[in-house]
Amino acid sequence: MADIIATNETILVVGGGISGMTAALEAAEYGKQIILVEKNPSVGGRVSQLYKYFPKLCHPTCGQEINQRRIKANPNIRMMTMTEVTSVSGEEGNYSVTLTSQPRYVNENCTACGDCGDVVEAEFDDDYNYGLGKRKGVYLPHKMAYPQRYVLDPQIVGTPDATKAAEACKYGAIDLDMQEETNTITVGAIIWATGWKPYDANKIQPYGYDRIQNVITSVEFERLSDPHGPTGGKILRPSDGKEAKDIAFIQCAGSRDQNYLKHCSRICCMASLKQTTYVRERYGDEGKASIYYIDIRAIDRIDDFYQKVQADENVHFIKSKVANIVEDKASGNPVLRGVDTEGYNRYENPHELVVLAVGMEPSVPAGDFPVTVKVNEHGFIEQDESNGAIFAAGCSADALDVNRAVQSATASALRAIQVVNRVAGTEG
Amino acid sequence: MSNLNQAMVEKYRNSFLQEVQANVEEGDWVKMCMQCGVCAGSCPMGPYWEHPPQEIFMMIRAGKREEVLSSDSMWMCTSCYNCIARCPRGLPITHIMHGLAHYADRLGLAPKEQPTRKFANKFWDNLTKKGRVNELKLGLALYFMNGFFEGIKVALANQKLGLNMLKAKRMSIAEMFGGHGVKDSNGLHAILKKAREIELAKADEFKG
Ligand SMILES: Cc1cc2nc3c(=O)[nH]c(=O)nc-3n(C[C@H](O)[C@H](O)[C@H](O)COP(=O)(O)OP(=O)(O)OC[C@H]3O[C@@H](n4cnc5c(N)ncnc54)[C@H](O)[C@@H]3O)c2cc1C
Ligand code: SF4
Ligand code: SF4
Repeated sequence: MADIIATNETILVVGGGISGMTAALEAAEYGKQIILVEKNPSVGGRVSQLYKYFPKLCHPTCGQEINQRRIKANPNIRMMTMTEVTSVSGEEGNYSVTLTSQPRYVNENCTACGDCGDVVEAEFDDDYNYGLGKRKGVYLPHKMAYPQRYVLDPQIVGTPDATKAAEACKYGAIDLDMQEETNTITVGAIIWATGWKPYDANKIQPYGYDRIQNVITSVEFERLSDPHGPTGGKILRPSDGKEAKDIAFIQCAGSRDQNYLKHCSRICCMASLKQTTYVRERYGDEGKASIYYIDIRAIDRIDDFYQKVQADENVHFIKSKVANIVEDKASGNPVLRGVDTEGYNRYENPHELVVLAVGMEPSVPAGDFPVTVKVNEHGFIEQDESNGAIFAAGCSADALDVNRAVQSATASALRAIQVVNRVAGTEG
Repeated sequence: MSNLNQAMVEKYRNSFLQEVQANVEEGDWVKMCMQCGVCAGSCPMGPYWEHPPQEIFMMIRAGKREEVLSSDSMWMCTSCYNCIARCPRGLPITHIMHGLAHYADRLGLAPKEQPTRKFANKFWDNLTKKGRVNELKLGLALYFMNGFFEGIKVALANQKLGLNMLKAKRMSIAEMFGGHGVKDSNGLHAILKKAREIELAKADEFKG
């Protein structure tokens, strides 16, 4: 890729989730040159794995599509997928950055017709669905993936499947000779937008995520509820594939707890409130949701949403952090045990399915940044002078919902623009 | 009302929380409780407590002094440490329970017939005499804790255990006459006296 043109007036955006896309677009539409790198084969980040967005309950595809069109229409943005930053040196206004891109084995000729995928036999866990389903060895990451281009899994390279796929493609898009590539570029400012990952539920020992099949996480629940997800939108529980209609949500699973994440992940209360509407949407009066909570944190304008959910008589609120979960072997139902705070009543409540509202942690662990940046005790990047012209956007900076992530992205775009403007000023 | 109890009531007036913070081991932590309920739900003895730890902490804040100190709840703690391991806020709950029990006992408010209290006091008296536990005397004291006839019954039922302990040299008949102890039991008593003085001075420190 010798054609990457970047100067110290260019802004590098790392991570193509909603925050990275927003920061890139804001700066590009202002007239700056942008390089947007994304580790995955397509941009969109974790928002593209949601069924619906709170508070308006619209589909993420809608907002994503607008962003994709803006990117397509803007010649100032150069997007590189399957790419990571491997080193950064230099200072504000003049960074030297090494980018490493993995081979996709599918070139620009791909029309996403899918002929290659049809002939390939090998299947792998589907990351997009958090492993709840399978995908082929050549695949489109998901329906709305941008770019709309297939990916050939490196695990099938060298197998007959790869040759079959190459032969099936009418457009000569499959190129098995692609290699890993390294590029070193110069940029003036860097926006870090690598986002978050769900806290590993296996670590929350008393909740038995690793032992009890019908205990799942909130991110998995988004995929189960999505008509484009692995179950076609049916809430099928893992143990027996039966539809689950009586569903419990456990708040602060791994958050606000010195044994796990100390911080409040801020979005999970709203996420569970939203997910109760999925249950009601699918099952009507038969759908029952129970939220176990310490306190519900739905702030300012989203309080309206909370009040609406509270008014729903099929949604129950139990003020208690569940102590532990055991499995009723006969029915496969998880049984929640604890003591509630309103009356100190001891309970043992069976539910058909349990959703852990897992916390958010930074996707890049503190020691793993390719450059020294100041992070807080939770691993989120601080706004700090010692970071030079490296600015965090969205969930790299804090646990945020989309609304706040986008605000943070705009702020970081403004900061980066000021830096490259200064560079331009001194140079000419 | 014991004198100490009377003094404390006057000193702290309405702030039982402050009284606990100043006088109960680890009592400073009580205000950190966020009432999540994990300790109450994790306690293996939980169903047998009148007020689980979560509720005790709320009662302290609500100023329910008599109810807390005369409660038999904290005497139910078996020191399994489940609650400490699980508490999201890191409260040393086990220690606070023991601290509360001890404080209630000092004030003379602890329930008189609570078996754990009785055992603890007998154990302590036995231990502090010579600095070593005299198993024979402690065993007999416990057998007769609930009266003479009850004691004979318990002793007969535990005959085998006693004989085995003798055989394994875990207990000796000679313990009846004096028994073993630390080299300098006067020194030990001096240490305990000093510790008690420090404890009382701490209680005096509070200025309201
Ligand atoms: C269960 C659940 C439900 C939610 N529902 C809602 C909702 O309804 N409404 C709402 O407003 N918010 C919701 N959120 C929050 C929402 O998901 C986040 O606000 C949003 O994802 C933040 O976007 P981001 O771009 O900052 O991070 P991400 O979405 O995590 O995007 C980061 C991007 O960076 C890429 N990346 C990571 N590491 C690297 C690297 N080293 N190099 C290059 N690229 C990298 C990733 O592949 C990804 O594309 C929900 C969260 C959860 C857990
Ligand atoms: S947002 Fe709600 S569920 Fe999430 S950590 Fe904060 S209080 Fe707990
Ligand atoms: S677990 Fe800790 S924070 Fe929760 S109620 Fe018990 S003492 Fe309070």
